[in-house]
Parts: sequence; C-alpha cells; structure tokens
Amino acid sequence: LENRPGNRECKDVVTARRKGWRTGRGPVLAAMLLLALTGCAENAPQDFLEPEGPVARTIDGLQKPVFLVAGVVFVLVEGLILFAMFKFRDRPGRAEPEQVHGNTRLEVGWTLLPALILFVIAIPTIKTIFDLSNTDEGALQVTVTGHQFWWEYRYEDSGVVTANELVMPTGRPVELTLESVDVIHSYWVPKLAGKTDVIPGRTNRMSFEADKPGTYLGQCTEFCGLSHANMRNVAVAMAPADFDRWVADQRRPANTPPDGSPAAEGLQVFNGRGCSGCHRVEGVSEGNIGPNLTHFASRGTFAGSMFENNPDDLRTWLRDPQGVKPGNLMQIPGAPLSSDEITKLIAYLETLN
Amino acid sequence: MAIVTQPTPAVPTPPERELPPAAGPDAPIRFFRRPTGHTGGIWGWITTIDHKRIGILYGVTSFIFFLIGGIEALLLRVQLGSPENTFLSAEAYNQVFTMHGTTMVFLVIMPMSSAFANYLMPLMIGARDVAFPRLNAYSYWVFLVGGLFMYSSFFLGGAPNGGWFGYTPLTREMAGHNIDFWVFGLQILGIASLTGAVNLIVTAINLRAPGMSLMRMPIFVWMALVAQFLLLFAMPIIAVALVLLTFDRQFATNFFNTAAGADPLLWQHLFWLFGHPEVYILILPAMGIVSEVLPVFSRKPLFGYQVMVFSGIAIGFMGWGVWVHHMFATGLGPVATSAFAASTMFIAVPTGVKIFNWLSTLWRGKIRMTTPLLFAVGFVTMFTIGGLSGVTHAVVPSDTQQTDTYYVVAHFHYVLFGGSMFGLFAGTYYWWPKVTGRMLSEKLGKLNFWLMLAGFNLTFAPFHILGLQGMPRRVYTYPENRGWDFWNFVSTLGSFLIAASVAVFLYNVWKSRHNAKVGDDPWDARTLEWSIPSPPPEYNFAEVPLVTARDDLWHRKYVEDENGRPVLREPVQAEADDKGPPPSADDGGGERPDEAPEGEHAEEEPHIHMPSPSYWPAFSAVGLAVLCYGLMYKTWVVAVLGAIWILGGFYAWALEPATAPEEPELEPTAEAELAPVGAPAAETAGEE
Repeated sequence: LENRPGNRECKDVVTARRKGWRTGRGPVLAAMLLLALTGCAENAPQDFLEPEGPVARTIDGLQKPVFLVAGVVFVLVEGLILFAMFKFRDRPGRAEPEQVHGNTRLEVGWTLLPALILFVIAIPTIKTIFDLSNTDEGALQVTVTGHQFWWEYRYEDSGVVTANELVMPTGRPVELTLESVDVIHSYWVPKLAGKTDVIPGRTNRMSFEADKPGTYLGQCTEFCGLSHANMRNVAVAMAPADFDRWVADQRRPANTPPDGSPAAEGLQVFNGRGCSGCHRVEGVSEGNIGPNLTHFASRGTFAGSMFENNPDDLRTWLRDPQGVKPGNLMQIPGAPLSSDEITKLIAYLETLN
Repeated sequence: MAIVTQPTPAVPTPPERELPPAAGPDAPIRFFRRPTGHTGGIWGWITTIDHKRIGILYGVTSFIFFLIGGIEALLLRVQLGSPENTFLSAEAYNQVFTMHGTTMVFLVIMPMSSAFANYLMPLMIGARDVAFPRLNAYSYWVFLVGGLFMYSSFFLGGAPNGGWFGYTPLTREMAGHNIDFWVFGLQILGIASLTGAVNLIVTAINLRAPGMSLMRMPIFVWMALVAQFLLLFAMPIIAVALVLLTFDRQFATNFFNTAAGADPLLWQHLFWLFGHPEVYILILPAMGIVSEVLPVFSRKPLFGYQVMVFSGIAIGFMGWGVWVHHMFATGLGPVATSAFAASTMFIAVPTGVKIFNWLSTLWRGKIRMTTPLLFAVGFVTMFTIGGLSGVTHAVVPSDTQQTDTYYVVAHFHYVLFGGSMFGLFAGTYYWWPKVTGRMLSEKLGKLNFWLMLAGFNLTFAPFHILGLQGMPRRVYTYPENRGWDFWNFVSTLGSFLIAASVAVFLYNVWKSRHNAKVGDDPWDARTLEWSIPSPPPEYNFAEVPLVTARDDLWHRKYVEDENGRPVLREPVQAEADDKGPPPSADDGGGERPDEAPEGEHAEEEPHIHMPSPSYWPAFSAVGLAVLCYGLMYKTWVVAVLGAIWILGGFYAWALEPATAPEEPELEPTAEAELAPVGAPAAETAGEE
C-alpha cells in the first residue's frame, strides 16, 4: 500500500494491452484506436476501457462493439455530408438543381435501417442487464455507507469496520449493500464495475470481483455537496490468504501506546481535544460520526482517500481540515491544533496498525 | 366586461361608445399615461406588444445571458485547466457550474428559441401578430424578471450551488438561500414558458393565413409548435416538484425528508419527466431553423417535408417515455431499465431520419457556402456526434460506466452547443437581414463559424476521452495522478477559442450598422417572411397573403421546367407583381386596403388595427419577484405586497381597453380614451 495508488496499475495496463495485441485477443480495430487515444499513454487509473474484473469486462465487451457501430455510422454520415458539401457546392455555371421533394422508398429505408441496428444492439443490452443483476452465491458481504464525504465499510461476516479503502480478496466476488446517511452518493470503481447510486432511504446492491491483486481507484460520482470532488475511494484486492490475514489483523483491538511515549501523549490529545467525540478507536473512544480509526495506520489513504497516509499529509490535514477539504464534518473544537499537538497525534495514529 | 373583447372590426361601433362607466376601474391607469404607438425610447420597448420587438427583446436578453453563461464556462475551464488548481474555491466552483447549466438551459437556449418563434411564427404563417400580444409581452417580462431574480443571488449571499437538476435530499438540506433562488427563479421562468407556449400554440393553430394548411406550414413553425406542446405539458411537472421542494425548505414539510421516510427518487422522476422533454424543447426549434436554412442555400425544397414533420411529432411523443435513462445508476431493477433502454434507443430513429433527410436536402443541390449554411451544416455534423454518443448511453451496462462522467458532459454539449447553439447561430445569420434590414459580414461570419467549430471541438471532444478515463463531472478539482491533465488543458485552450469566435460575432454585429441596406429577400428564400420589407412594418403584411403552396414565396418566384428545375416566373418583373399568382388572390378578406402598397399610395397606409401597447404586462411581471423575495425571506408583508402587485397589475390589465388611447397631448377624457381606434390610430401604426 505504500505505492502511490495508480502507478502500478498503469504498468499492468500497458502490459495487458501489449499482450492483447500479441495474442490477437482483444477487440476490433476501431475500439483499439479509441483505446490508443484514451489509453495509458499517461497514467489513467480510472480508465474503464481497461477492465480488471469480470463485471467491468462484461460491460466492456458490450460497450466496445457499440462504439464500433457508432464509429462506422459516424464515418459514413459525416463522410456523406462532407462529400455533398464538396461535390454539390455552387460553382460558376452550375445549373439549378432538380426540385426533389422526397423519396418514400429511401425514407422508409433509412427509418428501418437504424431501427434494425438499434434492435440488434438492444438484444445483448437487455441480456447483459439481466445477467449483471444476478448476484453470486458465496460473495463477500460488505455494507457500504456513504457519508459527506467519505465511505464506511462494514464486513458482515467478520464485523470489521474500516473507511475509504475496500479491502477484498481476488477471485471471489464482493457484494456491496449500499446505504447513505445523508445525501445521494454514487459508488464507483471504474476498472471493476459500473457505478451504483447510494441513496438514503433505499438499499442498493452491486457486486464485482478483481482478477488480480492491485489497487483500484474510484470516486463518488453523484454531486453530494461542497467536497464532492474530494470523496474518493480505493479498492485493494489481495490474494485470499493475504485477505484472511488482513481480517485477522483488523479484528485485533487497538494498540495501546507505551506510557511516556509521544504516542501516549498523542492519545491524551486525542481524548482531550475532542477527536474521541466523533472517532471510534476500539477500547478507547465511542464516537461514531467520523471514520473508525482503530486500525488507521493499516490504510494507505485517509479523509475520503484524498490524502496518502503519511506524516506530511496528516499534518496538512490536521492543521486545517476545513481549508483542505471544505465542508467536511471534522470541526476541531476550540483553537486549531498546535504543531506540537499535531506531532503527538500523528505519533499516536501511527501506532494504530 | 365587454371591453375586454378583441375589437376585430376596425370600425367603431356604437355599443362600445356607450362604455364610459368602465372608466371607473380604469382610474389607476391615470397614474401613468397610457402608452401609444408614439411612445418611443425605452418606454416604447417596455410597453411594446409587437411580437417582433418582443422577439428582439428575447434575443438580446438571451444573448446577454449567453455571454454571462459563457464567462462562467471560462471560469470553470480555467479552474480545471490544471490539476489541484486553486483559481476557484469549491464553493465558488459549485455556484458557477450550477449557474452555467441553469443559465444555458433556461436563460439562453429556451428564450433564444422563443426569440425566433416570437419573431418568425407570425411572419411565416402570414399573421399580423401572435394570438395574445399582451400575454406575449408578459412572457418576456416574466422571463427577464426570473433571470434577474436568479442572478440577484450573487449579490445576496451566493448563487445556487446544487447543480442544475437540484437532486434532493441535498437541495433540501443545503443551508442558505442559494437553492431558494434557484427554486423560485425556475418557478418564475416556468410561468414565462407556459404563457409563451399557450400563446404560440394558439397562434400557429388559429392565425394562419388563408390557404396555409398545416401541411403547408413552414417546418420551423412546426418544430416550434411541437416544442410549445412539450413546454405546455412539461413545465407543470417541474412546477409541482418545485412547489414540493419549496414547502420542504420553507415550511419543513417532508416530501423529500428521507429521515421521515421520503424517497429521494420522487424528485428524480419528477425532474426528469420534465427534464427529458425539456431536452427536445431545446433542440426542436434549432432543428426547425436548420430545416429552413438548408433548403434555401441548397436551392432545393426540404427533402421529405412530411417525414420531417412527423418525425418531429414522433420525437415529441417519444420524448415522454425515456426519462429513466437519466437514472440508470439508481438501482431501479432490470425490468424497468430494460424498458427504458429500448425506448431510448428507438427515439434515435426519428432523429436519425432527420439527419438523413437533411443530408438528402443538400444532395445534388446548388450549395451556397454562406454563414447560415455553414452553421446549419455544423449543426448536422455536430449533432450527429452527440446523437451517436447518446445511443451509447442507452446501453445500460455501459451507461453505468459513462454516466456522471465527462463522457456525458461531452454528449450533452454536442447536442446543446453543437446542436442547439449552432442552429441558433445559423438562424441569427439567416434572419439578421430580415430583422435589421442589413446583412452581417459574410467574411466575419465565416471566421466566426470556423473559430467556433474548431474551438467547440477542441473544448468538448477531449471530454469524451476524459470521461472514458473516469473523470467525474462536477468536481472542482482533480489530483495529478489520474492522467487527466493534458486533455483538460487542451479543453481549456479550446474554450478560449470559442470565446474568440463569440467576440468576432459581436464585432460583426457592431460593424453591421454601416452595412448596406438589403431588400426584402436577399437570400432568394422560400417562406413568407421574405415577401415583406426588411425590417418588416409593425403590421407585417399590408395585405394578408393567400397561400397556395408550401414555400409559397418560392412558388411565386419560380416555376419548374420539364426537368423539375426552377425557372424564374417573370424574370424582369417588379416584385409588386409577384403577389398572389392566382387571380383569385384578391378576394381573400374584406378589410384589405386597396392594392399597391408601393408607389404613391405607400404613405396612406392601410387601416390596420394593431393592439395598443401597455405597461401592465411588465408591471405585473415585476410583482413576481417581489412575491418570491417575500416568500424566500419569509417576510410575509413583502410577499403579500407582491401578491397584491401581481393581482393589481392583472386587474388593471384586464380593464385596460384593448384599443389605443387618444393622442397623449389631448386631455384624456373617459370617452376619448375609449374611442376605438378607427382611422387615426391606424395611421399612427402606419407611421411607425
């Protein structure tokens, strides 16, 4: 998780594409052209034309042929228009045109032809809609709760609660139960699946699976207020054994810092400056407004995955949470945290692995 | 009261003279002097009920809003030009993107389409005005008041910041009055749209010149008519949704309170049940404009007029059955989404037919590369791109990836800017000489077009790529490592190219003051508005035309030879002789003046009664803002004042005679004021 999220992906994606070329697997020319245009010349970790799981791949397999059909129609229609503009433009000596008012047979033809094309597209579309609505047996059940502006995950089997980073095993589907405590959000990991809205008062479901271990980026895609842009998420897929180890780690109680250490002073700041009112640390505090911090140090990102979990970013965040993430609910009561307090807090937070 | 009846006969009748008692309720009018045909300057514009002047007001106002919305767009593009930019704060960005969308939809494309419909519909169907001229003025003033009301938010604590479709429960819970400005502003604008729709529907159906059957009606009038029907049925839906939201925000009701068990999808269904027909309200008038422009500059009739009409009507009907495609990610289940996927795909059929018919109109034509034609062809090519990306949205599983990303933003800019705005620019260049009597420069016009086409594609084509790379819409910032930097930068450059093209347009307009006057028919066009002077006189047609064919003017000018090619009817004859090819044309209406509007009789203008101007439409419209400020700030005194203002305005309006008052110099006695127009007033109209 120390990697900056996304860097690794691009390499994967690039190799995947090379492989695609070599084996001749992979879609038709036009779609490849589109890929080349939009693909990973730069690092585009949210590019959904490079799926990394079966659900996203199913969608991709439907999307690219449609792009191809649209591309053909595009070339045809625009080509005809340009041709007409060139060929029939007014030149000296050009005769007045014949006054054609219409042609029923042609018009019936170009009513039926698009209808036919669309009918052909509709069949696999509807089939895929129903295929994707089936849920898999034996999926890992996770309840996702949208908050302004971060995500909370509750693993139903193990009781593990974490934030922003969905940790999942490879080769096994995850079924998400989506709920919101405030406004409408939308949950999305582009390389793994399409998005599903997260609506207060309703329960939506989505499921997806990752092919191989990796970090997959996503973000909230329904405008949810001031810091909508800063509400991001990460899916971390790991081998099943690693995942089991992760669950076991998450189920441990929070570490208690040794007396007299800076971390122990940080714990005092945590309790004394109001952090504990909102954040839960198992065995230390009962807050339930902000993210559960029991295993904070095990996460790669924080604050709606907008920061990497390192001392510098933590300092930036704790110095002025409203300044760097406007409109979020973290209000530090009283005076801003002093530099010293922040140092101690960071020391404490780093023990919570 | 008897006096509200429309005085169709121009001759005063004795019973009307016996109405002095009605002057009693008229009393408040005396605070103002009633405007007359002589009322000039700004008051002339404020009191005008001439559909052409109202059309110009609509056009100028919506163009100013277009500039404002464009500046907002530039702000957004500057902010997104580089990652983690701090040019705009999150709050400012959210206000600006909300106002950009709201402005472009409600304050630009809708009213600009109204400008064309207002100005052209009566001219194209051979009428002297719209059916309800004062209501027409009211529509305009309500639109202006609604726009200013919404923009006053910038000075009163902050502009709306919940997005142009204002999803609840976010908009229910947002603090401050930002959202209230949006809610009340849209409600006011809805009134303008509704009254305008009723007016134009009645106009198109009832005021067509003799001989103009529905299937001879110019295609622009048809498309505008379909759009007005969509408005008529769509605006009440959003009005209901806005009333519910108003009650939630002002009086803590629970229509959208999820804590009390409300379902937020109620708002989405209501909004999109309005919002999707709205999309066709935005595009149909532009389609109509393009369908007028292409034939004129191809020198061929519109290919498949009937199919064009019926596909427009089909779009109008099918537009009501596709709204859920805005909600494919909301989890409505496979059956509902499949049904709407199918309906969404099939609405592409009538749209596709239109594109092929436009192409066939150009085919084998004699295409004159004028600015209007370039913009019209720009419409067809850009709209095709938007239509194709629209079809990809109908594929629901793909849409769950594409929706709420920049791919969607690309799509709707291709249909609304590449479509509607290009169409409106085509119309502007095409009818400019009719409205002003002077041409816009073709040289600058072409520069305008090519800059705009290049800028447009440079700005919005990269949005497709950004969307496929997973960039969500409505983000005020994005991090560096997402691979979005380059195309965002390109897009920002493109947006300034668009701004440059608009500057060229403004310069063109400014420069056109000195351009030479043009005649009635500079483009050798096909429809009735080109048969009258440029600019048209107040009464439009000195003689109500008798229509004998679709594209009547064309058939007055040309006959077809044995090969179906047009041949000038009487090549050297003066235009005056072109009127009414069949000899029976003159027995059309009894109230017609004598023939020969040209020559020495020209100054003795015919005795045409025109409805008289009035202050009351503008006056009543302002009351809406007062009422809404009162409701918004819960200052009930102001709200009641606003209500009285509106009702008082309506009351005075209803009691004001439809006939013109006496000359303002005279002491306005009750009798004089009521004296129906007759000869003197008609002369007034003629001199204007």
